[in-house]
Parts: sequence; C-alpha cells; structure tokens
Amino acid sequence: MKKLAVAAVLSVSVAAPSVADETANLVLNGETQITVRADAPAHVDGLSEIISGWVFRSDETQALQMDDFDNPGMIFVDEARDTWNEASGEAGESCASCHGEPESMAGVRPVYPKWNEEAGEVRTLAMQINDCRETRMEAEPWGYTSGAMANMEALISSVSRGMTINVAIDGPVAATYAAGEELYYTRTGQLELSCASCHEQNYGNYIRADHLSQGHINGFPVYRLKNAKLNTVHARFKGCVRDTRAETFSPGSPEFVALELYVASRGNGLSVEGPSVRN
Amino acid sequence: MAENVKPRVRVPGTASAGEVITIKTLISHTMESGQRKDDDGNTIPRSIINRFVVDFNGENVIDVQLEPAISTNPFFEFQATVPESGTFNFTWYDDDGSVYTEAKDITVS
Amino acid sequence: MKLTRRQTMLAAMGTAAIAALPIKASAAADDAIAAFTGGAELGEGGITLTAPEIAENGNTVPIEVSAPGAEAIAIFADGNPTPAVATVLFGPLAAEQMAATRIRLAGTQDVVAVARMPDGSFVQARQEVKVTIGGCGG
Repeated sequence: MKKLAVAAVLSVSVAAPSVADETANLVLNGETQITVRADAPAHVDGLSEIISGWVFRSDETQALQMDDFDNPGMIFVDEARDTWNEASGEAGESCASCHGEPESMAGVRPVYPKWNEEAGEVRTLAMQINDCRETRMEAEPWGYTSGAMANMEALISSVSRGMTINVAIDGPVAATYAAGEELYYTRTGQLELSCASCHEQNYGNYIRADHLSQGHINGFPVYRLKNAKLNTVHARFKGCVRDTRAETFSPGSPEFVALELYVASRGNGLSVEGPSVRN
Repeated sequence: MAENVKPRVRVPGTASAGEVITIKTLISHTMESGQRKDDDGNTIPRSIINRFVVDFNGENVIDVQLEPAISTNPFFEFQATVPESGTFNFTWYDDDGSVYTEAKDITVS
Repeated sequence: MKLTRRQTMLAAMGTAAIAALPIKASAAADDAIAAFTGGAELGEGGITLTAPEIAENGNTVPIEVSAPGAEAIAIFADGNPTPAVATVLFGPLAAEQMAATRIRLAGTQDVVAVARMPDGSFVQARQEVKVTIGGCGG
C-alpha cells in the first residue's frame, strides 16, 4: 500500500516546463567542459548512468549557468573573494594569509567530504572552513548554512569547476558512508519517502510540476530562482526531509554529514558545477 | 545603503568605430517588492533600485525605470554604438537615496 | 482497489497542481498601459517580445524586447499586483532598441511590451507565460 501511495503522488503528470534537450552538454564560458552524464560508480547499485541536475532544467534555466556573467551565483563568489582577503578574528589572519589566491583551492571541492586524520573525523567543506576560522583565525564560526558560509563554499567550488567529483568511500570513512547510505534508503515522514523514492526510482518523472533530478550535489552551493540566493547542501537536505513531512536532522549534524558524504559519492564521475543555477 | 550591493558590468575592452557592442549588467540587490509580509504579518516595505542609466562620454545609451516586478539582483543586457574611445558610466538609483556607480573604458581602433 | 484516505488526499493534491488557472487580466494593467500611451491605439508589428512559454519559477523569468527605431519600450505583466515592470528609454548611443532582463510573474499571465515610435504611434506584443508551481518547497 505504501508503494501505491507514492505512485499516486509521482504519477500525476501536469503541463510540464519545457524540458531542455536532454542530450545537451554544458560548457561554461565557452571553455570549461562540464561532465553532465557519466557511468554510475560501481558502488551505486540503483543507477546505471549518473546525470547532473542541470540536464533536468528548462532551456532558460540551463542558459543561466552557461556564462559566469549570466549566473547570479557568481555575485556571491565575488563577495567571498572580498571576504577571502579580509583579516578576521583575534589572530589577524585572512584566508589569503595562509592560502594565497582562492585559485589555490582548485582540487579541494571534488574530494569533500573527506577524512581528517588529525581530527579523527569526516569533515565537510563547511566544517573545514569553520575549523580554519576558529583554530587559525581565532574568529567566530559561521552558521552552517549562513550566507557567509554559502558564499565561501561557492568561491572554493568555483575554482574547481570542471574537475571530477571523487569522494572516497572506504578506509576510515567506511562507517560514515554506510550510515549515509542507510539514511538515503530510509523512508521518513508522513509521506514515507526516502531520498531514493524520488531521486533514484523516479528521476525524470514529475512531482507536481517539478522535474525530479537524481539529486546529485555536485552543483552546490546552488543559486535557486525560487529564493534568489545560494543554497547549501544541508539546507537542501532539510527542505527535502521536511517535504516528506518529517522532523528533520539539523544542518551540520552527524546524520547530514554522513548523508552528504554518501550523496556526494553517488556523483563520483560528474564535474564540480558550484555555484550552479536551478529552479 | 542596502547591504552588499555590488555592481558587475561586462563591456568589451576594444571595438571598432561604429561597431554594435553588447553590454551586460548585474547588481546584487534584494529588490524588496513591497508585496511580501514578514513572519508577524506586517508588510515588508518596498526597497528597490528604481532607475538605471548608462551613458558613454556624456551621451545616453539607455535610461531604465525599474518597478518591483524586476527580479532580485537586476540584470540588463542591451546594445550600444561607440563612436570613439571613452568611458561608459553606469548608475543605479536606490529607493533609499543611495546611488551606485561603475565605469568601464573602451578603446576604439 | 479500495482507496485509502491517504491515497485520496494525495490524488487530490495532484489535481490541485493542474488547476493553476491563468490570473485574469486586470483593469490595473489597462490603466498602466494607458498611462504610457496616453490612451493611443496600439498597433501590431515592429516589436518582438521573447519570453518562455513555461517558466520553471515565476521569481526569475528571462525576457527580451526589441523594437527597431523605438524611442521607448514599456513592459507590463498584466496579472501582477502592480502591472508595470520596466520602461526603457533609448538614447542616441543605443545601437539597437532592445533590452533583456529578468522579471517576476505572480502566476500564469500575459506579458505585454509596448513601444513608442518616433512618429508618436504605439505598437504592442503580447505573450502568455505559464508559471508552474513546483512540488518541492525545499
């Protein structure tokens, strides 16, 4: 019966937004090739091909991401460039003090979340940024899904665009990966939907007027037309879980960190796109 | 002044005399429409950029009156002719009296 | 199959999404257009309005207007609470009388572009844009 209930939601097909040419390829600024389709990684049983969320958007939304000037997410990358160079906190240091130009961060985004040996924990990019702020800069940490955090994540992602997502799933992160996978397939809320209900079993279908993607997070942070700002991965997780009519986990919680690692790894083979543009 | 207002403009650095060039502009601004309510049910007052003007060497290219129906982070694309080398001046006028400006030089060969 | 209460409710939710009826053109829109034209008759042709047939989100709808030779183009959204969207005056250095921007649409409705030509006449172009309401508030 549960399956039937889900089917009742998902099978409703309405006048759908004009779906873009599903064979379209994404090239940024006429030069950076973005991989929007790839063979699914071996550890993802439920998919044969992984497809970027960009493919599922309308022509108009797709176009917004193809040129950095048209991409409103790049406004926030510019803001973060200013922040990057500003000293903050008791230590009088800026990001630039240690890291030089933001371009030195190329290659960071594709492998996060990742194991931090010294701390003995899995760290997301947001956790690492806040560790820098607290430990190195002696500054107040940013809110996990705050604007300042989203902007900095966008800057760090932007310099890795086109690089291939390659999140490790074994060794010290194996337990976190397993916890994330478990969450991904666990039905939650009054609607009894798991991540997989929409993003593995029904991608390409419509839920009301929304064209369901595979739910990859290679494009985060995402500039959403809906709220005209950058949205973080954990804020999006929270929104999704809430939409199943469930109490959600908190941004930055161990559960969402595990889910982020697992979901990120499902996109191994796609390119970093953040900041991307979605509806 | 509204927070974090940052203009961006894209103008080619060079052009030939009389060439048609495409200019794109984007400014970060919430463009609060005056139609929304806060959590307590009070109307959030309108606060938008209401005018955007582009001149080249003192001569006008476009002069736009913006209404609350223009999206957050207003974007405009338009076309200009440049008779000689000079400077584009971009000016955005905020409801709160703030004025944001940007300038870009172009060399005509 | 006996429908449970849940299934019935879910099916009803789906139906609600289909019933996104166009917002009726308002007298306010006619008034706003008349304020720009002084009540002059609106001709056709010589003006192009490019807008998506269906917008994924009403918050950011890309549109483009073009009217070769026009002095000004005014854009209206006839179902918005305030229909005026923007008025573009073209100066002597505008190479072509075109502009592209991104606009807010409160729902499915007509977008109208009206150009004032140098001889004092007005022409209009009109296009319906369907605005979809997504299922995921996220």
